[in-house]
Amino acid sequence: MSSDVESAQQLPEYPETVSKGQVEPLADEPIPFDVEIIRGDFPILERTTPAGGPLVYLDSANTSQKPRVVVEAMEDHYLNHNANVARAMHLLGAEATEAFEGARARVATFVGAAQSEEVIFTKNASEALNLCAHTLGAALKPGDEIVISVMEHHSNIVPWQLLAQRSGATLRWFDVTEDGRLDLDAAAAEGLINERTKIVSLTYVSNVLGTVNPITQIAAAAHAVGAVVVVDASQAVPQLAVDVRTLGADLVAFTGHKMVGPTGIGVLWGRYDLLAELPPFLGGGEMIEVVKMTGSTYAPPPHRFEAGTPPIAQAVGLGAAVQYLSEIGMDAIAAHEAEITAYALKGLATVDGLRVIGPNEPVDRGGAISFTLPEIHPHDISQLLDSRGVAVRGGHHCARPLHERFGIQSSTRASFYLYTTRAEVDALIDGLEYTVRFFGGAR
Amino acid sequence: MKVEELYQEIILDHYRAKHHSGLRGPYEAEVHHVNPSCGDEVTLRVHLDGDTVADVSYEGVGCSISQASTSVMSDLVIGHPVEHGLDLHREFLQLMQSKGEIEPDEDRLEDGIAFAGVAKFPARVKCALLGWSAFKDAVIQAGGVPR
Repeated sequence: MSSDVESAQQLPEYPETVSKGQVEPLADEPIPFDVEIIRGDFPILERTTPAGGPLVYLDSANTSQKPRVVVEAMEDHYLNHNANVARAMHLLGAEATEAFEGARARVATFVGAAQSEEVIFTKNASEALNLCAHTLGAALKPGDEIVISVMEHHSNIVPWQLLAQRSGATLRWFDVTEDGRLDLDAAAAEGLINERTKIVSLTYVSNVLGTVNPITQIAAAAHAVGAVVVVDASQAVPQLAVDVRTLGADLVAFTGHKMVGPTGIGVLWGRYDLLAELPPFLGGGEMIEVVKMTGSTYAPPPHRFEAGTPPIAQAVGLGAAVQYLSEIGMDAIAAHEAEITAYALKGLATVDGLRVIGPNEPVDRGGAISFTLPEIHPHDISQLLDSRGVAVRGGHHCARPLHERFGIQSSTRASFYLYTTRAEVDALIDGLEYTVRFFGGAR
Repeated sequence: MKVEELYQEIILDHYRAKHHSGLRGPYEAEVHHVNPSCGDEVTLRVHLDGDTVADVSYEGVGCSISQASTSVMSDLVIGHPVEHGLDLHREFLQLMQSKGEIEPDEDRLEDGIAFAGVAKFPARVKCALLGWSAFKDAVIQAGGVPR
């Protein structure tokens, strides 16, 4: 073990300026996009399944696979730099703090934040959205309105339902059109966003329909009536170049594990002046300024919202993940996602009776495709596909109101990412044709 | 663990043509059971005649395993003593929790033995138990279980 002072100073793998909140570019010129080279970064994709063939992982909207660099960054942190952050006055404490705050700066750069203090680490996107509901909700009263949409994930529904119950505010909903877009005409006709609206919380990219919502346009309408705009970007940040400076949202939630990072860490980005006004969420260590028996004062953002020991190694992993994504280039990743989604939509259209829930065209559309087959339950579909090594998700995908809206109980979802190949989409289509034959004649 | 072990022909037959399905009267209790992880649902009614299960009727949405299992269950309990139905529930539950290590008794479980393979697919065990759990619950609510 080295004890010389130099090793502590050798750390500028992480930018020195992080404590000042400045952000630096994560990568120079993007490297050319080559899916086969990318697959080499993900050891799990070399696995075979009991079916004998290669693993075909089409469940990335559920959780993404992890490149070696992310796992190695976390391993290196635990094996060589592990300590608690922001309180340990020793070498490892300084290294761990530097690594943790460095990861914050990387994430800030990745989403275009003005300063790294705008990035709050949570345990996942659900916690980030609950944080929004609790802190924004402190000022809500009966008669106020919260607007969400029928296409939300349960994690962007239930926190607002709970807030409506606590505060007496009314929860209102954007409907969707038959092809799975937000029904903006109906919303305008019924005055959905009005002077009573205090919070508008919407998903950027639907985890079921794949729809990319016009956040900037809706945010402008919400801001015009003085409402705060919250965006669930859990499916967007992994696959689109998201820039919070131009998006129009005030608060943006996303999660590490869907963007090649580890589980156990989520992110809430917020406009600094808004964050500075919000009350604390959870109470505990690290979120305080001074604690007295008569009362406490609280730390400024982001630490005000990070009670207790944070997910340190996970932050290091997430920092490596955004570095990895930046080196490949989010524009290239988005282009690949669009290309593979278009290819899959074409292939799925050839399967007898298959109905896509959501936009049929690869326009303003992310890489999750949910579908039904007549009289074959999604569990049976996913089981049959699994028997051929193809991993998809069957169920309501934590979006039960949306399924109800489309008159279905559940659906099967295939979702893609930067490592998905056309051959994998072909395996899905073959598997679906096999499934239709297997259950042929079922009522 | 071949998928054919899971989807026995008997299961597919019951799925394609469910026995005793549709909600009927008279009934003493109606229950609604949900499998929250997947969204499978069943509404089930029981009609007791003294100590005998006179009728079980149900309506459900769900996968082939949950639908077929409910169909098989209704065959096994209708027209038999309540106690017999609850014993079969216990036996079926044991079979499902056995990870495939119990040899099912065909004389008692009849078509239900086709679900032995389900025990090797832990994610599907809940599907197979949905209708059975609803039956037991309904019997209790109908006062069919001596306390």
